[in-house]
Amino acid sequence: MSTSSEAVEIEELEEQIVAKVEHKAQPFWNPYLAGIGLGLVLLTAFVVMGRGLGASGAFSSLVSVGMHAVAPEHTSANGFFAEYLGDGTHNPLKDWLVFEVLGVVVGGFFSGILAHRVKGSIEKGPRISSGKRLLLAFLGGGIMGFGAKLARGCTSGQALTGGAVLGVGSWAFMLAVFAGGYAAAYFVRRQWT
Amino acid sequence: MNAPFFKFGYFGEETSLIVAFIIGIGFGFFLERAGFGSGRKLAAQFYFTDLTVFKVMFTAIVTAMVGLFWLSVFGIVDLSLVYVSPTYLVPQIVGGLILGVGFVIGGYCPGTSCVAASTGKYDGMMYLVGIIAGIVVFGEAFPLLKDFYSSTPMGKVTIPELVGVSYGLIVFLVILMAIGGFAGAEWVEKKFAAKAKGALQ
Repeated sequence: MSTSSEAVEIEELEEQIVAKVEHKAQPFWNPYLAGIGLGLVLLTAFVVMGRGLGASGAFSSLVSVGMHAVAPEHTSANGFFAEYLGDGTHNPLKDWLVFEVLGVVVGGFFSGILAHRVKGSIEKGPRISSGKRLLLAFLGGGIMGFGAKLARGCTSGQALTGGAVLGVGSWAFMLAVFAGGYAAAYFVRRQWT
Repeated sequence: MNAPFFKFGYFGEETSLIVAFIIGIGFGFFLERAGFGSGRKLAAQFYFTDLTVFKVMFTAIVTAMVGLFWLSVFGIVDLSLVYVSPTYLVPQIVGGLILGVGFVIGGYCPGTSCVAASTGKYDGMMYLVGIIAGIVVFGEAFPLLKDFYSSTPMGKVTIPELVGVSYGLIVFLVILMAIGGFAGAEWVEKKFAAKAKGALQ
């Protein structure tokens, strides 16, 4: 009797020690609190810069520079890439969004480290293999990249920033994003649930 | 005090890049705090089990919108100098639909995938490679898409301008809508949690 309760106690102690040593991941913040934090960052961008946040634009600059390095004439002749390359007097990577996105990477890492959430892993439901999940991540990223360019921005630049300044196209875009997500959710449910 | 500071020449281009980096750090920090480095949490929005995406996004929109509104009322920020992206209605709706499909298939959006990648999610890294591929495809197809891309232009128009009412009224209505949305989101989450529990028993 006493030995079994002692065994339980020891087990509990062991668990505590393991949790302390491994630094268990902390729970996420309350969504409304995180939302206020995010909103204040956006407000700061408005007040200091007169512009909001973004993400996909930085990737356009990156792609344009990469394409230009491989096929300079072909890329310069393309109206879309040419706009990101500029007139040649200015390094296209010395761009506001490129630096902002570098900050996002650093800030995310910093927050993750503090909360013990940085860990090599794959985000997926239990019913899908890692290989399939990585393939779908690539595919989803590709669809997102294409859609973001067509819409002139993504969830950061259009929905969040454009939403806060009450842009007409941004609000139409935001509703369309939710509609598209809910419409497609059924078909990829095995990936997540 | 005249804001936006950059527009009034308080600092130059070079400094603005440092500002960009610092603002980005804040952006990434709160995205990660909200749990947006997790594709499962983001995708759960579309299965009604976790509506954090909606809650965080609308809290952020309302916070920034109300802050900006009052700062302009008090004459601190010149609202006409804050960038509003131009509306191209139909391509933006079509782009939004495509983007939504990519969101639920891939599990991220561009900003959140950066946070996922930097916190070690391999699917976040693959997603970033996907975005680059998607932009290459879009750019290469641009000559064909150009006409559609520039169709239905409406200029830098805001909802109050379009409807013809005051800015403050729309701000107020968005706040009401957000509060209603938050109450609805809490209700939906409870309902789906109860359903999941029932399914287990």
